[in-house]
Amino acid sequence: MFAPLIRWLDERIHLDDLIAPFKHKTVPRHRLSYWYFFGGITLFLFIIQVLTGILLLLYYRPGANEAFESVQYIMTRVQFGWLIRSIHAWSANLMIFTAFVHMFSVLFLKAYRKPRELTWVTGVILLVLVMGFGFSGYLLPWNTLAFFATKVGTEIAGQVPIIGKPMMIFLRGGEEVTGATLTRFFGFHVAVLPGLVVVLIAIHLFLVQRQGMSVPPKVEAEWAANPAARREMKFFPNFMLREMMAWYVAMGVLGALAAIFPWNLGVKADPFVSAPAGIKPEWYFLFMFQTLKMIPSKVWIVDGEVLGVLGCSLAGLLWLLLPFFESDKASRAKVWITGLSIFALVYVIGMSVYGYVAN
Amino acid sequence: MCADQAPQPDTSRRRAIELFLGGGILASLASFIYPVLRFLVPPAVVDLGGDEVVASKLGEMKPNSGKIFRFGSRPGLLILNSDGTYRALSATCTHLGCTVQYRPDLREIWCACHNGTYDLNGRNVSGPPPRPLTVFDVHQRGDEIVVSRKREA
Amino acid sequence: MATLRIKFRPLPAASFAGLAGFILLASCLGYGQAVNSCLDCHSAQPGRLEVTPEKFSQDIHAQKGLTCVSCHGGDATSYDPDQAMSRKAGWKGKVDRRQIPQLCGSCHSNPAYIRQFDPSLRTDQLDQYHTSVHGKRLAAGDAKVAVCIDCHSVHDIRPPSDPRSTVNPVNVAKTCSRCHSDAAYMKQYGIPTDQFAKYNISVHHDAMVVRGDLSAPTCTTCHGNHGAAPPGVDKVQNVCANCHAFQAQMYEKSTHYKAFQAASLPGCVVCHSNHGIHLPSDAMLGTGPGGVCMKCHAPGDRCDRARVAILSNLTQLDGAIKDADQALHLAESSGMEVSEARLAQDQARDSLTKARVTIHTFQPTLVDQDVQAGMKIAAANLKAGKDAMVERNHRRIGLGICFIAIAMMLIGLWLYIRKLES
Repeated sequence: MFAPLIRWLDERIHLDDLIAPFKHKTVPRHRLSYWYFFGGITLFLFIIQVLTGILLLLYYRPGANEAFESVQYIMTRVQFGWLIRSIHAWSANLMIFTAFVHMFSVLFLKAYRKPRELTWVTGVILLVLVMGFGFSGYLLPWNTLAFFATKVGTEIAGQVPIIGKPMMIFLRGGEEVTGATLTRFFGFHVAVLPGLVVVLIAIHLFLVQRQGMSVPPKVEAEWAANPAARREMKFFPNFMLREMMAWYVAMGVLGALAAIFPWNLGVKADPFVSAPAGIKPEWYFLFMFQTLKMIPSKVWIVDGEVLGVLGCSLAGLLWLLLPFFESDKASRAKVWITGLSIFALVYVIGMSVYGYVAN
Repeated sequence: MCADQAPQPDTSRRRAIELFLGGGILASLASFIYPVLRFLVPPAVVDLGGDEVVASKLGEMKPNSGKIFRFGSRPGLLILNSDGTYRALSATCTHLGCTVQYRPDLREIWCACHNGTYDLNGRNVSGPPPRPLTVFDVHQRGDEIVVSRKREA
Repeated sequence: MATLRIKFRPLPAASFAGLAGFILLASCLGYGQAVNSCLDCHSAQPGRLEVTPEKFSQDIHAQKGLTCVSCHGGDATSYDPDQAMSRKAGWKGKVDRRQIPQLCGSCHSNPAYIRQFDPSLRTDQLDQYHTSVHGKRLAAGDAKVAVCIDCHSVHDIRPPSDPRSTVNPVNVAKTCSRCHSDAAYMKQYGIPTDQFAKYNISVHHDAMVVRGDLSAPTCTTCHGNHGAAPPGVDKVQNVCANCHAFQAQMYEKSTHYKAFQAASLPGCVVCHSNHGIHLPSDAMLGTGPGGVCMKCHAPGDRCDRARVAILSNLTQLDGAIKDADQALHLAESSGMEVSEARLAQDQARDSLTKARVTIHTFQPTLVDQDVQAGMKIAAANLKAGKDAMVERNHRRIGLGICFIAIAMMLIGLWLYIRKLES
């Protein structure tokens, strides 16, 4: 049924040439192959975000007086509105989770090494942008928790020396978190960030496509010792079909979460009430939040918060440039980076749990 | 499956695959697309928005009378003065949250719960209320009396 | 003087001389501004004679420019005690308790004088005081009763709006209790001394102190302040009506009004008591503990039947509201959005409150009207809660269908892959 159409297209744009690279592409097959799926799942969740986001745009209205009401309208009046919004919210959280898993798997499988430094760099930037999505999207329902989380979050941005204050005012659209902040965050969330993320995803995927999948050094060594053990599968269709299975599983998890635990709406934000006790950011910011909280208010002569913000920024920058510290040759740096990766994973998980439990 | 023709394992397997794949694709697409299509249908109740509401029609109220209308999730009080001007305030008493009413005989706003009174500007004049009532903007659009929240200063 | 008889020692003496010189210089420079020799001495006096500048500066009178001389007479410019406290200079010494109302009244009953400070301040306190039980007893020669300073304090009199004032609404009950809860002090008057203890467990105290509602009644709200006296047996409802307007209106049209008047029973107080008023509950209509009706009425008569009807009506609405609350809570905890029904619950609760007010007509049909209005709203909310649970089940069924589709797809893909790679 599709055959004539495909033939028609092929005559004009030479589909074969387009598909050719995918046909030749192969994926290494070994006991750690399943980690390769997480990038794809993250991409799938991002597509879900785009689609459900566009649907929500049909009814959502930014503005301090309308945002909460319009989300409430979506949740109560619009048919399946609860589903679309709950999927959007859950998928956002899952996407950030799978992005973290993807990053750490790349780290432990050493996939960031030469020649894939740029893939790592774009990936880390993508993670930051995705967290930016989370931060800006969290405010949009304009409920109390979101309001105060944004207040605290932008306050922290304001701690950066010299550029902090102007940056905070830029983010808030004024001195305080108001309707103007909501308008801004809406703009970031639906226009600025999607544009940037799409471009970076394109580069990221192009690099993956161009360079092929990385094989973990250990497996590589085994294969070098025993070339007969080397296995691979075609990207299309073999790997693609498996990836589709993963996507379907992700879809099922999303549906279950949305149907059984619909994302709740909270109480409309009121700038004049005092902040509820124990206000915390979303879980993916908890490890940074807890770090900032644990730094004493004065370290020597430096303000503790400033130190924390600078420390986090520096750590982020080093993280971004991680591949450039590792050379080809076996060296001490390799052990050092493995140690650092384990430390980072334990630190992020530990601090998140601690931040969740602490009050 | 036909009985007279011994099924070859290969074709029955292909059939099963076709059934599961084809059925799966159709069923899953249907279960994804159906909610989306329903979502696209505008609901019968049109969202009026949180910051303004049509409180009354021109000529609906008698002069020197009050009317309770729903404003978002709280009641509001619309008053038509004897001189034909409208006035709208929050109808939630600032004392214990009862709904206040207009008293045509006193030309005041009165809360029956503990005998609190407000003047027509919403100021708490006597009785227990600790704070004035919030005053809303009123304007006329066609023959509709539209009440809206005062814009943030 | 005692201070001059200290043993001569060079250094302290020198500093003392220096200090004396400084004080002299300071008082010369400050002459005509705020010389007040009274405070200089009395701040060092022991016990009841002590009045420090810090204390007196808190006094509203000091802040308005009045001094010790304004009340006590004498010459505050002189450091010679004989001159400062000479009868010739008009010194009155300690003002006799019996004279205090008159002394305060000499300014506070003078509209022309008071107008200079606060034109809206009332000037009828003394007249009112004369009508009060305190004032009448004082006139009859009983010096134990309260005069102005007993409630307003002395030398640090703050305006009532100041939270530290003894007559600030929050502090009034405590101030009255200083005498009225003292059993020994009140013995000769033969009146109870448990008012303060009772008030402290009352709903009005709760409103004032716990909820911080300064408009809630305290002693003076019902008894008056300067004209303090019991409101009178047949006038209680007038006092309560100041805040509880509807209840009083209904009561005055009811059969109880005439019956209580005829029997000289104190209106509202008969059922609600006076100082220890609790938050009323439906149990007051019952026959168990807390029930009030059956103290007068006989079981089975017409009134008892009305009581049963009203009580069952209220219990019914109360139960319906609780059921709806429970259903909505259940729906909420399963993540359903029922905020609109939640809001409507407030209206049902309003109806219940209204019905409880309507009890004061003592007419079951009128109470029933309010109850039925509430029942309608509560039933709608209960339905909303149940609908939400049905909707939740629909969602789970939908999820199940979706799972079947996904499972089919997964099996299909897996089989296909196996075939592809076999």
